[in-house]
Amino acid sequence: MIEVRNLTKHYGDKKAVDNISFTVENGEILGFLGPNGAGKSTTMNMLTGYISSTSGQALINGVDVLEDPIRAKSFIGYLPEIPPLYLDMTVKSYLNFVFDLKRCKLPRRSHMKDVMTLCKIKEVENRLIKNLSKGYKQRVGVAQALIGNPPVLILDEPTVGLDPKQIIEIRTLIKRLGKNHTVILSSHILSEIQAVCDRVVIINKGVIAADDTASHLSEQVTTDHRVIARIEGEKAEILQALRAIEGTKYVRADMEREKGIWEFEIEAEPGRDIRRDINAVAREHEWNILMLKNMEMTLEDIFLKITMGEQLGIGKEDTK
Amino acid sequence: MGAIYRREIGAFFSSSIAYVFLAVFYVITGFFFAMDNLAAGSANLSSVFSTMFMICIFLVPILTMRLFSEEKKQKTEQGLLTAPVSLTSIVLGKYFAALTMLLIGVSIVFIYGVILSIFGTVAWMTLISNYLAILLVGGAFIAVGLFISSLTENQLGAAVGGIVCLLLFFLVDTLAARVSVPWLQELLYYLSFYSRYYEFTCGIFNLSSVLFFISTTVLFNFFTVRVFEKRRWS
Repeated sequence: MIEVRNLTKHYGDKKAVDNISFTVENGEILGFLGPNGAGKSTTMNMLTGYISSTSGQALINGVDVLEDPIRAKSFIGYLPEIPPLYLDMTVKSYLNFVFDLKRCKLPRRSHMKDVMTLCKIKEVENRLIKNLSKGYKQRVGVAQALIGNPPVLILDEPTVGLDPKQIIEIRTLIKRLGKNHTVILSSHILSEIQAVCDRVVIINKGVIAADDTASHLSEQVTTDHRVIARIEGEKAEILQALRAIEGTKYVRADMEREKGIWEFEIEAEPGRDIRRDINAVAREHEWNILMLKNMEMTLEDIFLKITMGEQLGIGKEDTK
Repeated sequence: MGAIYRREIGAFFSSSIAYVFLAVFYVITGFFFAMDNLAAGSANLSSVFSTMFMICIFLVPILTMRLFSEEKKQKTEQGLLTAPVSLTSIVLGKYFAALTMLLIGVSIVFIYGVILSIFGTVAWMTLISNYLAILLVGGAFIAVGLFISSLTENQLGAAVGGIVCLLLFFLVDTLAARVSVPWLQELLYYLSFYSRYYEFTCGIFNLSSVLFFISTTVLFNFFTVRVFEKRRWS
């Protein structure tokens, strides 16, 4: 469905995207993960024909985006990072404009109704886009991508700037769309990609760092050996006891969160789950554990882990 | 092209631009019509038409200023440029929308003609040829304004740039009169929009001038397409 071959983009001397290749099968949801400035948007802009590539090829449905841009673009629904909304139009007239712009052949009224119902914007159809909340604007952005029912959807950071409830709504929507569309979705949030995508391509500094299934990736980045614990008791004693646990590599006392309750960062050897040991220590000294959670792995950690292939230390001072 | 054309016409009227443009156009031409025709008792509309040239220099850039600059600023151009349409049809859609506004403005002369015909005889053929001439000139102006709008994301910059550029086309005449190098003088006269237009207001329908204005229009629309083409490949 989508085939990217050795795609490269230079801006002057700077390589924004450097020789990346990947394919997306029919009906697959591909997550494009990377920090800001990694080249996600640049890649998407090349796929949609907004900018040209310096070298390499992007094929949509077997059509080269540079050779036959109009036909290639007709297969794609695109939501750019900033949705291309005309603020002084109503939702309905804007979507009608997009319908005409894409020279859509579907029955107008029913298609329009389907799209608006799917994106849950039917109730604001007669309001000016500039008066809508960010969440509604984003959904109108998704709706314009859906007009014409294109087989490929390319969504650039569709949940950025939304509140948690809206994020869940958009994710549910994308999952539903993934059933009969091929979707590429970019994000810099790992959990988002994990929640929605079948497959993940991780991109960093313009090159692909990993291309894997979402479940396989999550296995790689489990953090059972890195925990944060809040324990009630005497700080020095706890620290000493925790350090005495077999297999711990690193223990650091953080701040006093509540009166008499301290937060600790504990890292054990990779693959060793030390949560039970911490509990055992606490029981032994009759301390109360008030919180125990795995440390989230940040995107930077994952890059380092995947690109350098090394296990990471926690509690780097610069992350505080 | 049709979708963009319809959207732009809608945008002209939902913003105040259409009303400001038409109001100013009608007030100024109406003033000259009242003074030079009604008050002076003349059926010759040539002074109204020569005023229109100046009005167009100042008003056409107002009409074209936001057509591309605003798309760039609001990031909506990304929607247009990733839609399955050609760059040419995007540019032409906007061009014809602005031309339609000009058409609505200029067509007031037919009402003036009808009013004059109550008092005397109107040279309708001259009026129609003048009407076509102002549309040709205005059409070329729109192409220039559109091109300048595609270069910036600042509406005001596009308007001022457009007015300055069109004034230069107008001032070329004055410059030509002071130039002593014959070939340069001839070239400047050749480029002069005003002397070509002035012929029309005198009732001379010069085919080479018609071609000149049409080619200017085509050329600047082509430049606008190239601006987007170049940005895509940069």
